Amino acid sequence: MPDDKSDRSPWNWLLLVPIAIPLMTFLYNADEPRLFGFPLFYWLQIAFIALGVATTTLVYRVTRRGRRRP
Amino acid sequence: MSDHVTEIVVFTALFLAVSGMGFVAARWRRPDDLLSLHEWGLGGRSFGAWITWFLIGGDLYTAYTFVAVPALLFGAGAAGFFALPYTVITYPIVFLVMIRLWSVSHVHGLVTPADFVRLRFGSPTLALLVAITGIVATMPYIALQLVGIEAVLKTMGVSGSGLLSDLPLIIAFVILAAYTYQSGLRAPALIAFVKDILIYLVILVAVVYIPARLGGWPAIFGDAQAKFAATPAPGDGVLLNANNQLQYVTLALGSALALFLYPHSVTGVLASRNRDVIKRNMSALPAYSLLLALIALLGYMAIAAGVKPIGTDVNTVVPQLFDRMFPDWFAGVAFAAVGIGALVPAAIMSIAAANLFTRNIYREYVNRDATDVQEAKVSKLVSLVVKVGAVLFILLIDPQFSIDLQLIGGVIILQTLPSVALGLFTRWFHRGGLIAGWVAGMGAGLAMLYVIENPATKHAHFGGSAFPLAKLGLDTRMTVYAGFLALIVNLVVAALATLAARALGAPDGPDGTRPDQYTADEGDPRVKDLDLSSST
Repeated sequence: MPDDKSDRSPWNWLLLVPIAIPLMTFLYNADEPRLFGFPLFYWLQIAFIALGVATTTLVYRVTRRGRRRP
Repeated sequence: MSDHVTEIVVFTALFLAVSGMGFVAARWRRPDDLLSLHEWGLGGRSFGAWITWFLIGGDLYTAYTFVAVPALLFGAGAAGFFALPYTVITYPIVFLVMIRLWSVSHVHGLVTPADFVRLRFGSPTLALLVAITGIVATMPYIALQLVGIEAVLKTMGVSGSGLLSDLPLIIAFVILAAYTYQSGLRAPALIAFVKDILIYLVILVAVVYIPARLGGWPAIFGDAQAKFAATPAPGDGVLLNANNQLQYVTLALGSALALFLYPHSVTGVLASRNRDVIKRNMSALPAYSLLLALIALLGYMAIAAGVKPIGTDVNTVVPQLFDRMFPDWFAGVAFAAVGIGALVPAAIMSIAAANLFTRNIYREYVNRDATDVQEAKVSKLVSLVVKVGAVLFILLIDPQFSIDLQLIGGVIILQTLPSVALGLFTRWFHRGGLIAGWVAGMGAGLAMLYVIENPATKHAHFGGSAFPLAKLGLDTRMTVYAGFLALIVNLVVAALATLAARALGAPDGPDGTRPDQYTADEGDPRVKDLDLSSST
């Protein structure tokens, strides 16, 4: 099959970042610093949502193949 | 009951209006003929990005989310927050997996994950195991949706004791069964719009209005901390401790791996129009995770507000919080959001379970030459049976720890990962190895769940999904998610049995797929079209 039909891309490795980071409890299992009264444990994990969205959006955009097809 | 008249009127009006939409949905994006599984069960495989976002969002973030996750934070604190990392990591995990499943299903007209396993490994036995696992895991999940409705009904005082008290719940499910029967997947797809808008509205109001009345976020977290410090239980608190971090991580990872193995998630994915719709949704669906985080914190708000559960049912804390904090009419809207929130996933789950039965049991073992019309008719009937089963489940079994029922389902659905998810990438595993792995993983998972006790609920067995490593003879108080250990057992046995089967020269089953079919997209030829053009 032609290359533009493959899902392979080095960009896909980026997807490991938003999978691995939220699983590292030592990063966020603390009370301080607080943000808007939220302990770190809560606000940082909520912030990981943005990390996930940003990464998947980036990978989706750079690996899109639609325009090259006839 | 008289205190709750306004709530009951608002709840009932919204509930009935949405049910009306369910019946009208049969005419929405009207197909020529609704009587095939592609139309009834997958909405014609035609949904674009927006509909898919509402449909999958409405499907995955259920009444369970609304009621049980805050209940978990209310009871145990930080450990319950696993639901957030779980729904953050699941999308990057399945990003590249689901597009392959969509493509191969598009080419071959597959409807269920077991269909794929049947085609890929040429083993009806393995497909049957995957189908049965899916049905068994989905049943408690549907029941869990009923727990959401029940918690709301209890708070409004329309549910007491005796047979009559269950009547509102039964009526709600009869309505649900009727419009799912008539409209198929189009019904939850249309209702999901209303459900999600209502839920977003209620939660945004709740997270602004309730903390303001309770003295702000620092006060809420402070009250929660004080409550957990005062309890004798060692595992609770607003932060994790040394013994439950591994549990937190393995539960989040295991649940994330399990999420898209559930038949109803697959149904939502296969109903989308093309690969692009799926990829865009994997980026956009985490918007619901933000909502989930805020919903989870309702559990702490309930602590700060001094809410006490009705009886021993902790699932009533969120409805109780709404009842106490909101004006009556808005509490009615909030209750309707929970009730309708239960209907969308319950409908999709019953459709998915029915499709599994039809495609992988009825078609495989009863009527090999089933026509499209026969398949659709069987599925419609089975969707009714599944819902009756779920209602009996709730009425006959203590629903108090509904979240653990769902976790048991999660443990067993994970055991289909090697054949379904890994099968999309490799055929290295032998069909006999996959069957052996499934048996071992299932046995290990159920054995671990059996020995987990829960003193808080006086359960000697099936008391949760946190397996103490001390039971394996390790000198530690750490716990780990039972499903995760079971999956490791499954993979090891599957690999060893595969090597053994190859050594003995046992033949592989025929593979009905080609590599290029895993990257096919909308507009690429389907097997059905090729058959038609060659036979005419």
